[in-house]
Amino acid sequence: MEAFSSHKGVVLPMMSDNVNTDVIIPSREIKKVSKKGLGEGLFANLRYFPGSRNPDPDFVLNRPAYARSSILVARQNFGCGSSREHAVWALFEYGIRVIIAESFGAIFHDNCVANGLLPCVVSGEAIARIVEWVDEDAQSREITVDLERRTVTAGPVEVSFNLDEEMRQRLLRGLSPIDVTLKRRADIEKFFAADRTARPWIHSFGDQGTGEP
Amino acid sequence: MSSTQEARGRNGSRTAYEKILDLHTVAKDADGSALVFIDRIMLHERMGPLALIGIIESGREILAPDRVFCTYDHIIDTYPGRGDKTTAPNGEEFIESLRAGVRTLGLRSFDIDDPRQGIVHVIAPEHGIALPGITMICPDSHTCTLGGIGAVAWGVGSTDCEHALATGVLRVTPKRIMRVTVGGRLSSWVTAKDLAIHLISKHSASGGHGAVVEFGGEAIDALEVEARMTLCNMVVEFGAFTGLVPSDGKTLDYVRGRPFAPQADMVKTVEAHWRSLASDPGAKFDQEIELNAADVAPTVTWGTSPEYAVPVDQATPDPADAGDEATAAGWARSMEYMGLTPGIPLTSIPIDGAFIGSCTNARISDLRRAAAVLKNQTVADGVLAICVPGSTQVRLAAEREGLDKIFTAAGFQWRESGCSLCVFAGGESFAHGDRVVSSTNRSFEGRQGPGTRTHLASPETVALSAVNGRISDVRALGPMKPEIAT
Repeated sequence: MEAFSSHKGVVLPMMSDNVNTDVIIPSREIKKVSKKGLGEGLFANLRYFPGSRNPDPDFVLNRPAYARSSILVARQNFGCGSSREHAVWALFEYGIRVIIAESFGAIFHDNCVANGLLPCVVSGEAIARIVEWVDEDAQSREITVDLERRTVTAGPVEVSFNLDEEMRQRLLRGLSPIDVTLKRRADIEKFFAADRTARPWIHSFGDQGTGEP
Repeated sequence: MSSTQEARGRNGSRTAYEKILDLHTVAKDADGSALVFIDRIMLHERMGPLALIGIIESGREILAPDRVFCTYDHIIDTYPGRGDKTTAPNGEEFIESLRAGVRTLGLRSFDIDDPRQGIVHVIAPEHGIALPGITMICPDSHTCTLGGIGAVAWGVGSTDCEHALATGVLRVTPKRIMRVTVGGRLSSWVTAKDLAIHLISKHSASGGHGAVVEFGGEAIDALEVEARMTLCNMVVEFGAFTGLVPSDGKTLDYVRGRPFAPQADMVKTVEAHWRSLASDPGAKFDQEIELNAADVAPTVTWGTSPEYAVPVDQATPDPADAGDEATAAGWARSMEYMGLTPGIPLTSIPIDGAFIGSCTNARISDLRRAAAVLKNQTVADGVLAICVPGSTQVRLAAEREGLDKIFTAAGFQWRESGCSLCVFAGGESFAHGDRVVSSTNRSFEGRQGPGTRTHLASPETVALSAVNGRISDVRALGPMKPEIAT
């Protein structure tokens, strides 16, 4: 995973609450056992006319001003719903590197961090100020997200964002969470050994029968 | 949010969640985050394969393959006599990929034709895989269902799933701990599903954001274990990390004797342990919500978020009353999608489809209550009605009781078990524009097919609505006979 320090880009505003992962990538767009090939299915229900791949010019993603956007801005509970990590893979493949929202669906949030996509939690009031500045010239006004300083800068507006410190470190250093955890293998094995004695029913099963309850 | 999970309550008193988390804490960081031991991992064919492929390609090993359970539910067909063929585009690749992972890594699997097959969150407690006081994950957001049996269980993405498979642990940040206390008793025909939708409609789809939601109070004590699972199933729609009904006597009775549950020689010790995991009297909660069970009516969603819901005897709301502009716009957009306008009584809305199924409401108790409504009744003309039992065991039990005959005589299709029309995956669907009353958990746009309009409700509300051909108030049937209630 690539390390993340800061990112400058055009904003993609999706100013709704509860944008769920079914919206981000409909299940039918998950056609292969793969993390790739998902960008085309991003927001498919909103982006294309029903039953086609013809872009709906009214949808924000298809408007010329947002053609090179890489920072998605939303309201509350972005990425709620299904745990499908495909939502993150689709956003990333499309080119989104940062999402700024008042709050995130919990699973989606962690999926973002696991894939090097930065989720920034910012107050609704701050989001309004950012969008207000951007809206004056959406096509050319870029904003900067600095992970070192934990700030979002939109012209004269500068706000700080919240992110768990361990996650911030992981993103800054581009670390795989599995590798980070495996460094603590000794702790895990010690717990595992003690737990086998303390809670034997967790670790072994007796007669499993046929599954008839 | 609290900075630490330790010693928050008076005299070291702890919540059930804190006790269970402490019991599983391998190591703790300065910020209060913990490396948490994961007792059980379940995988399904839609999201499981990528986690297994990750393990295989990295050359890592699964820490404890014996504690991993796989099944097939998400995109398999549910038509009677089904096999590997599925209407989901390229669905066979997902099925075959999971099988390949199962073979390579030597995992336990309940395949399509196995009598233990079923929706992952239905079979987990059914087989004694989910237990009180354990930690459990699955790459599916409704893993929180298992809070109903007293487990701390949550949904994860594929990467975190691979993480837990390889390391045996996951890092858990400190959570806001919320208690929802429900006083009094739910009225006749009012179910855990109605309570869940009521809670979300009152406190929003992000009202439980990131929290652990512990349920308690007289109404929760009175709920059977399967109903508690329905309640906890819906907490992800409340934005929560997970839900929890700490185990009690009912839970212990439910678990005893199940195939993967503790064996007879251990039961006494284990049950004493489980009884010790309830929240202490002085335990500190970060937020308390109190509800009165008597205020809960059969509740049905009118829109594309579970928070867009009203009691069934009321009308669709007016966006003008939404409070702020953005919320009003959300309501208006949702109403347009749903083909509704403000002020329409829900019970006047005609339907095209009725679906009883899913990890929310397809356990045997759900099917019994729906069958009680359907007995000697017929589904209205033009309504496509489908019942998909939550597991093969639920189906077999229902058939032993003759429930299948009641469903089919009424005009319902009777299917094999699976997730089916809870989630459109590109294959089977209701038709464009169809209005469906559904016992499932999400009324999102297109959830049951392109352009379909989903109204979430309890199974009994779905059953009566199917008979009447419009959304219906199940209380019109008079008081529920006590033998139906369980």
